[in-house]
Amino acid sequence: MSREVEEFNRRLLRARDAMDRAYAEPLNVRAVAAVAHISEAHFIRSFRAVFGETPHRYLQRRRVERSMFMLRDTDRSVTDICFDVGFTSRGTFSRMFREIVGESPSDYRVGHGPLVVPNCFQVAFTRPVVAAGVALQSSSFGDASEQAAP
Amino acid sequence: MIAKLSVTSVWVLDKEQALDFYVNKLGLEKGTDIKQGAYRWLTVRVPGDPGIEISLEQPGPPVQDEATTEQLRELITKGAMGGLVFVTDDVRGLFETLKKRGVTDFIQEPADNFYGTDMAVRDPFGNAIRILQTKKVARAAKA
Repeated sequence: MSREVEEFNRRLLRARDAMDRAYAEPLNVRAVAAVAHISEAHFIRSFRAVFGETPHRYLQRRRVERSMFMLRDTDRSVTDICFDVGFTSRGTFSRMFREIVGESPSDYRVGHGPLVVPNCFQVAFTRPVVAAGVALQSSSFGDASEQAAP
Repeated sequence: MIAKLSVTSVWVLDKEQALDFYVNKLGLEKGTDIKQGAYRWLTVRVPGDPGIEISLEQPGPPVQDEATTEQLRELITKGAMGGLVFVTDDVRGLFETLKKRGVTDFIQEPADNFYGTDMAVRDPFGNAIRILQTKKVARAAKA
């Protein structure tokens, strides 16, 4: 592996970290790609090659994981949590949550209480794999995501 | 019975660059630095805590063959090689200090949790470093 590839991986990781850090903000794929200093299309393609999923899916799983945490750990309403973790529409949140977790946010809340392991473990190990499988892999961010799938 | 942890290690791509980050940016101190032939035994440690050293290990021959070296280097830069957890008494102050020293690769800015406040940062190579300010934990562990 060339040093260029290592440096490129590191830039992609930096962009991935930006999603982990700023998941609650209105991110778009161009801004995240800019963190890695590469074009949008190249970013999506290479992110998927290196990390095994599109950046959009990575971000949605991060947001859903954080929403699962808040459903378990807080009394905030599902709607508040939806916006807290960066979704901009309740419908998208519920659909995405069900697709990834396999049940609705409200049903999930009923079945789960707070965890005792530190947050870093929760962030890493309770992040859901996609219950509906990998078929749904859109590539842009936010509510526009349903349209694009190159 | 094992008495204590003495040395742990972190994979780095360049020992000199690692030393600069872990000492001049993160604020650890240099531990051991001994050259034995081509090998440099280089460690860092928490200031005032000489009992536990963190060895900065660079993959390569003769310990790893070239193919393994390449695999390790790739995994390090993908952030897949684990990392370190430190404790501080002022995580928000340290966050500001790290920013002043030019650290930009934060994974998580300081955030409050039931066990304390923590943040996370990457070293220059991709290793995750988590820094925790603990508080008394009210939440009891379930069996």
